[in-house]
Amino acid sequence: MSDAEGPADAADPLLSVEGLRKYYADEQSLLDRLLGADEESVKAVDGVSFEVAEGETLGLVGESGCGKSTTGETVLRLREATDGRISFDGADLLEMTDAELTAFRRRAQIVFQDPFSSLDPRMTAGDIVTEGLRIHGIADQGERRETARDLLERVGLSADQIDRYPHEFSGGQRQRIGIARALAVDPEFIVLDEPVSALDVSVQAQILNLLDDLQDDFGLTYLFIAHNLSVVRHICDRVAVMYLGEIVETGPVDEIFADPAHPYTEALLSSVPRVTTDERDGDFETLHGDVPSPRNPPAGCHFHTRCPEARAACRESSPPAYDVGARRSATCFRADEDHSYWGSEPIEENARTAGDDD
Amino acid sequence: MSQGVRPDPALRSDDVLSVSDLSTRFFTEEGQINAVESVSFDLRDNEILGIVGESGSGKSVTALSLIDLVESPGRITDGEVWYRNPDLAEEFRASDAVGVDGDHVDLRTVPPRVRRSLRGPSFSTIFQDPMSSFNPSITVGEQIAEAVEVQRRAKANPRSTRSRTQGYGLGQYLLDGIVPGRGYTSDESVDRAIELLEQVGIPDPAERVDEYPGEFSGGMLQRAMIAQALAGEPDVLIADEPTTALDVTIQAQILNLLREVQADRGMSIVLITHDLGVIAEMCDRVCVMYAGEVVERGTLDAVFDDSVHPYTEGLLGSIPDLEDPRPRLQPIEGNVPGLVDSEMDDRCYFADRCPKAMESCLEKPAERVVDAEAEHGAKCVLADRPYDPSEALPEDHFGGDAE
Repeated sequence: MSDAEGPADAADPLLSVEGLRKYYADEQSLLDRLLGADEESVKAVDGVSFEVAEGETLGLVGESGCGKSTTGETVLRLREATDGRISFDGADLLEMTDAELTAFRRRAQIVFQDPFSSLDPRMTAGDIVTEGLRIHGIADQGERRETARDLLERVGLSADQIDRYPHEFSGGQRQRIGIARALAVDPEFIVLDEPVSALDVSVQAQILNLLDDLQDDFGLTYLFIAHNLSVVRHICDRVAVMYLGEIVETGPVDEIFADPAHPYTEALLSSVPRVTTDERDGDFETLHGDVPSPRNPPAGCHFHTRCPEARAACRESSPPAYDVGARRSATCFRADEDHSYWGSEPIEENARTAGDDD
Repeated sequence: MSQGVRPDPALRSDDVLSVSDLSTRFFTEEGQINAVESVSFDLRDNEILGIVGESGSGKSVTALSLIDLVESPGRITDGEVWYRNPDLAEEFRASDAVGVDGDHVDLRTVPPRVRRSLRGPSFSTIFQDPMSSFNPSITVGEQIAEAVEVQRRAKANPRSTRSRTQGYGLGQYLLDGIVPGRGYTSDESVDRAIELLEQVGIPDPAERVDEYPGEFSGGMLQRAMIAQALAGEPDVLIADEPTTALDVTIQAQILNLLREVQADRGMSIVLITHDLGVIAEMCDRVCVMYAGEVVERGTLDAVFDDSVHPYTEGLLGSIPDLEDPRPRLQPIEGNVPGLVDSEMDDRCYFADRCPKAMESCLEKPAERVVDAEAEHGAKCVLADRPYDPSEALPEDHFGGDAE
């Protein structure tokens, strides 16, 4: 599956994910079972493979419902994977004992999207930040408080704010507290789950700059989950584009944004409104229709129902990940010059309706 | 207030809407909140006017104030909203209480029932969250047909609010309860709803008209809301963050649809958003709002390429660029002010976050003309003279608790 890793990646990656699946099964009623109905499940993540090298930022980008947040939570074992392999620094995460898992949680942390619901309203900023230290039994109370003061200063708050409650902070300040909490146990790896999408643009820029600085200072590795492509472009080294539970394209961020190999990546990029006053040439090039339900994804290539380039071959089988450059891959038949795709009939309605959605 | 960059006389014949010194306050337990502070702008025929700002800048309350939908404890305390409507002007020309100027009528002075009757045939609104804007227990078709029906009855009897939803009293309710199948809507209005759904690009409208909002995706529901807004064939469409809740490919579809609808029907759109990209793609002219005020306005090119106000510059500098990633963003320090009247000093509201704040910023700046041709104006002393570091405010002038 992952034939995308070139020789450039000689060092072992910090996090390596192979064929990860996470299905949410519907409760079956007794009647369903008696009738022998097939178990229906939502395939939130359906065979995802990627690697994150030490010190790099991998962006996981896609529209809502594509499984990017589930992937982020599953690689930290906040959700149990249905299938697949996750290895962190060489150790198999899914086989870990409780004690090993506790040790792992000191090394890997998460920052959540919504700074309003992810902080306990009855705990002070100081308690929130040091909760991890307390759970892991690091340092005594006095030292913990000192650590909290340092961390608050480090993330751009004032140490005097240690005894304040979350409601006394603005959204941007709360997100800083969430970041300080993640940093408290001195982790190597942080999953950032849409950390700036709830914030106003001016505050968003402050947080992005802060994340940049912290990565340099603490030598952190990030898995950055986002739907905003401009933000991903800004902060990530490599990016993986997800659609309906699958990664459709991965590669270095500059190359993917300059020359996308998968039609979905191309459509995503052309849909973003540009902040510029020149070249306003009519309509957006975009996709028609909605994302299909992950409960019942289309057969063949999941994207064929919306793809402007789709041909009959895309309905029949789902494309593997083709190597399209150094550390780049795309799951699209178009990457294979000899594939029977090129000889098959285009799916007319897609080509016609793409772009102008009439 | 001075007239600023706005043309003199204030009312041009192609102004479908002209707002002057509009102020809206909320009288809450924490004190008086100045949500909209003396806002003025014009909306021309066939244009998309952008209002951009961060959360709490007063852009949505401005929209609600236009159509008189501000709810208690909020109240419009001051200002004029001139709306061009020859029939209405004729009707009130003799009245002393109502402001009439040529074909324009000041909506703040007309009786509330008249303002009410204008919602639908004159003004329509699309809200941010389609999921919460529809009633989940009534089919989408029924809700659109209801809007059609309201407009049809209103047209038959233009100034009477009795013929509209208000006419649905207790007696009617009891009658409907006894006689089955006596809905508010008719077959004609349902047919019209199907037609509208088709116009906004919903596939199989005849089937989908009977579905409930929960069966629609977010993008489809936003299309349905646009269909509902078009039911009365309004002159002015107010779109309040119409794509914020949507994914980027769906957002592009909805923006294309709004453009199409605007061009086909020759109406004017007020597009309210926090997304500068959406503004750049869609709008002809822009107002930038901060702390309840319009701090900079003008044509898109003037505001984006030759911005004068440090807040506009800051907003533009805060966005990561898709094509040309800069190594570092230039954020605006600090947070948006809370707008509580007692905490608002009489100064430039941006001075505490402004990298170029000077002594003269402690006085409230009037709007200055930057470029009359481009209708470019800014509420900032920097429009008159360059930044002078020797007059800079000391770092701790506004206290140290800024983020």
